[in-house]
Amino acid sequence: MLVKATDMGVRRGERWIIRHVELSVDRGQLIHLIGANGAGKSTCAKAILGLLDIDEGSIDRTPALEVGYVPQRLALNPTLPLTVRRLITLTGRFPGTRIESALASVGLHRLGDPPVTTLSGGEFQRLLLARALLHRPDLLVLDEPAQGVDMAGAGVLLDLIQDIRRDLQCGVLLISHDLQAAMSSGDDVVVLVPHEHDEQPVGLDDPYAGAARRASGQA
Amino acid sequence: MLDDFFMRALLAGIGLAMVTGPAGCFIVWRRLAYFGETIAHSALLGVAIAVLVDLHLVIGIFFTAALVVLAMYYLERRDTLPTDTLLGLLSHGGLAVGLVLLSFFPNMRVDLQALLFGDILAVSHVDLAVIWGGGVIALGLLWWIWRPLLAATVSPDLAVVAGLKPERAQLVFGILLAAVIAAAIKIVGVLLIVALLIIPSAAVRRFAASPEQMAAGAAVVGMMAVAGGLFASATFDTPSGPSIVVTALVLFILTRLGRTLPAGGAR
Repeated sequence: MLVKATDMGVRRGERWIIRHVELSVDRGQLIHLIGANGAGKSTCAKAILGLLDIDEGSIDRTPALEVGYVPQRLALNPTLPLTVRRLITLTGRFPGTRIESALASVGLHRLGDPPVTTLSGGEFQRLLLARALLHRPDLLVLDEPAQGVDMAGAGVLLDLIQDIRRDLQCGVLLISHDLQAAMSSGDDVVVLVPHEHDEQPVGLDDPYAGAARRASGQA
Repeated sequence: MLDDFFMRALLAGIGLAMVTGPAGCFIVWRRLAYFGETIAHSALLGVAIAVLVDLHLVIGIFFTAALVVLAMYYLERRDTLPTDTLLGLLSHGGLAVGLVLLSFFPNMRVDLQALLFGDILAVSHVDLAVIWGGGVIALGLLWWIWRPLLAATVSPDLAVVAGLKPERAQLVFGILLAAVIAAAIKIVGVLLIVALLIIPSAAVRRFAASPEQMAAGAAVVGMMAVAGGLFASATFDTPSGPSIVVTALVLFILTRLGRTLPAGGAR
């Protein structure tokens, strides 16, 4: 078990953004976190990442857990000159061979070193993925990586994420709103239900999500 | 023409530009121009306090500016008002309180003109030592926080997940900015300091391929602006601070004229 959230709740003012969420990710497991807009998917991810404090429940993380994060959107200020190889080393120094292999694993190694502003949406997402991979994460959290990427690009991205999980044997928490893609993948699926009233817990115990669960590690 | 006071002014300006180049890049990247203005405006309050308790002006300005940075850091987390409203509050509040305080001491001679537009030709040996000593320390600090600050500029979340402690880097940068602005008051004055921070960075943007190149380039353009402005000031007998800013502006416009040059990723 890499990370396990128990009865997790996050509140803004009087309103619960998420509540009674049960979620855990094991090594080598890919979890699809599915939900409609406003169901609190990103809030869930940020809580798991420790980017915001939870108001209820608990989150247990394996000690010294290395986390890779690919955020939903990265609005780059065009006045900041960043090339592919400069962006990838933004959060740490790494040997050149490791940078090359991270770029190769997402298929960007032949790109050279152009300014990131010239990349397509799909290429940019793959670059962000490579940046996260450089840190050799135990747990990879991806927040709607296929957002704003065309259908073909989204498919490539999903295959890539499956390969990475297999090769690195890391846990993956993949946030998306594509229930069909998640269901047909054969991985575990957690459905986040937006709820104003907090009578019953949702998450793993939700009948919908329960039915959607599949054995992991056989994709 | 190269008198002693002129050489001191030149050295002080160059020492300052060495820091305002890289620091100014972060102002541009992080869209902190108004934050810079706020720190600069609060300098008037710093001057008033320095006069009241008989402190060296630069020290009074630095402490007030640092207080404003801390107040902003606190308010941004605690208050629901938008950032620019909070900045306006602190900026003009500080300026007004400073001017009112100064009016209670009609006998204290405070050269408002010099504060607003700089008085680089009155730089003393002590000032020069403070600017270069402080400048080297400031560059060292900037070197130390460079990676976390740059990562936080792109995405605070990515920086936190990578364990880079971006909050600390941002606070250090704020204090550093307070020191830079306090030191710069004598050179270009309260009203023009932000120009010295942003114009050189803006001028070199399209020639830079990396953040580090842009920072170094901005320092060089800043030094050119200081040197050119001071020579112009001595030649045409114009005020030094505005002459430096006009020179920076001319350099900026020149970089915009060469349309055929590679854009280096700039839009």
